[in-house]
Amino acid sequence: MPLLQVENLVKTYPGVRAVDGIGFTVAEGSCFGLLGPNGAGKTTTLEILEGITGADSGHVLYRGAPRDDSYRAVVGIQFQHTALQDFQTVHEALRLFASFYPRQRPMSELVQLCNLGELLDRDTRALSGGQRQRLLLAIALVNDPDLVFLDEPTTGLDPQSRRNFWRLIEGVKQEGKTVLLTTHYMEEASVLCDEIAVIDRGRIIERGAPQRLLAQHFPRALVRVPLSALPDPGRLPPGFEVRGGDAVAATDDIDQALAQLRQLQVALDELAISTPTLDDLFLKLTGHGLRES
Amino acid sequence: MSLKRILAVVAARNREFYRDKAGLGWNIVMPAIMVLGFAFIFSSPDESLYKVGVLGSVTGDTAPAFLRTPHIQFIAQDDEVGAIDKLRHHRIDLLLDLRAMPRYWVNELSARGFVAERLLWQSQTNAPQAPQRETVSGRAVRYVDWVVPGVLAMNVMFSSLWGVGWVIVRYRKNGVLRRLRATPLSAGEFLVAQIISRLLVVSSVTVLVFAGTNALLDFPMRGSYLTLGLVFLAGAIALVSLGLTVSARVRSEELADGLLNLISWPMMILSGVWFSLEGTNIWAQRIAELLPLTHMVDAARRVMLDGAGLQEVAFDIGILLVLGVVLLTLSARAFRWQ
Ligand SMILES: Nc1ncnc2c1ncn2[C@@H]1O[C@H](COP(=O)(O)OP(=O)(O)O)[C@@H](O)[C@H]1O
Ligand SMILES: [Mg+2]
Repeated sequence: MPLLQVENLVKTYPGVRAVDGIGFTVAEGSCFGLLGPNGAGKTTTLEILEGITGADSGHVLYRGAPRDDSYRAVVGIQFQHTALQDFQTVHEALRLFASFYPRQRPMSELVQLCNLGELLDRDTRALSGGQRQRLLLAIALVNDPDLVFLDEPTTGLDPQSRRNFWRLIEGVKQEGKTVLLTTHYMEEASVLCDEIAVIDRGRIIERGAPQRLLAQHFPRALVRVPLSALPDPGRLPPGFEVRGGDAVAATDDIDQALAQLRQLQVALDELAISTPTLDDLFLKLTGHGLRES
Repeated sequence: MSLKRILAVVAARNREFYRDKAGLGWNIVMPAIMVLGFAFIFSSPDESLYKVGVLGSVTGDTAPAFLRTPHIQFIAQDDEVGAIDKLRHHRIDLLLDLRAMPRYWVNELSARGFVAERLLWQSQTNAPQAPQRETVSGRAVRYVDWVVPGVLAMNVMFSSLWGVGWVIVRYRKNGVLRRLRATPLSAGEFLVAQIISRLLVVSSVTVLVFAGTNALLDFPMRGSYLTLGLVFLAGAIALVSLGLTVSARVRSEELADGLLNLISWPMMILSGVWFSLEGTNIWAQRIAELLPLTHMVDAARRVMLDGAGLQEVAFDIGILLVLGVVLLTLSARAFRWQ
């Protein structure tokens, strides 16, 4: 039985259908990612699953049954935007949240897991972005939850802090907890998630394991030159198509693609050859980039 | 309801209160400054209109010339004991008795009474018989003595209204409530914790301000501290509940601030904190009777100045508690986390 079963969720705000028929299942112990650009409906979906927001229609089953009052005690939540009360230290904030739950994780474990040892007496307002996210993760874990929701946990962090945070989430996964996270970083999803759902405008447009999705949609490599490098932009080399501002060929035979370009006397200074990423997948599926829109 | 959760929230809110040094200073120093400041500024309030109570009625030409003095408001009194109390409490400046032998009472500690008495003498220069002079005996009060219970009660009001009302709206706006909502903490537990925390704050601040200003002003305290404490506690419960009701759904700090001002300023003016409503518009007096601050000020004054016991202020305490329970129920129903 899946840990979480989500069927046909719909949520409308005045003027916008934020969630438009979303459904998926999450297996116990897995990490499930909701992937999509800003405004796609990730936060709204997550908040419905957290029990913070009610859906207009649809069902959510936890361990096969509708959620009841005890649900709140077995999930851990890290919001995209969270404020903590003023004038408290990291340690006091953890103690406060721990006191709300019947089941608590030993403070020392939590501190070690989230790497908070040196910050315990620091005022929560004096934390850096990465430190703050670690505290918020620890707060999400105070009750030793079975299911953890993380809404864009690394947005706004520098690359170094982001990688550090990934390591913490790996640690949480290794403890066998089920993780449901949202992100608009494709790399994050490929590193952390066992399964992803790509969301755009409130709908799931593709679902599956990241590597399987890539293999399914793309050959091994992408060969890319800017359109401006073509002598005659109206005339694409065979096998190439326009995507964004580039001429792109998805191919298993890189030599042949290069030969095509040379034949048309395309300048190769800005040639790029890459393995496809989830960014490319998103562009292919929706026709627009992840960071735009 | 879990006591453990409630106490944890109380402790967190208390920490937030006493670690905020600027706010703390404001909460303790401000009321003290107000009591002291008003004691000196208003120690002889300068109003053009004097209020003279009159026992017994006289009409037509037989009325003494004094009753025609301009800028004096004459207010009919029907109860001699009550009227003397009003004089003692500076609610009237002079009391004239025209029922038999003309006589009058004056409060020798009242500056306005002093002037009103001179006006009376002046109007008597060719009267056949000078009225007999009486002074209110023993327990005359200074204006500052009269105003202190009012200022203490007013401070309880401000602290109760803003201490929960404004704070909850701030929590709602900045997302603290949203985060708490995602835990098993219930709305009831959260609200009870806010109330307990604020009652602790109001009690300690009131004790501090009372002790500090009393050391400087030496105002009378004729009743029991326990009774006075119960009056202020009941008042705080009513006003904290009022603050909760205002903040049950509001999301904007500006709107909350505006609403709280809208409630507190008329109360401050109509509840007789600064001047007596004696002889003013009857509607203003009717409305005043409905305001929780009026009952708190009246009861506190009677305890401090007249030594009223618990039974004598039980009615006011009862009204405040009933109001508190009603508003609390209302606000718990209306409360929204976001
Ligand atoms: N409380 C709300 N009221 C009105 N519209 C909202 C609200 N929350 C979200 N929306 C709208 O719903 C859509 C989805 O938002 P959201 O779920 O926050 O997307 P994401 O998290 O993927 O960026 C957006 O168009 C957003 O403007
Ligand atoms: Mg979001």
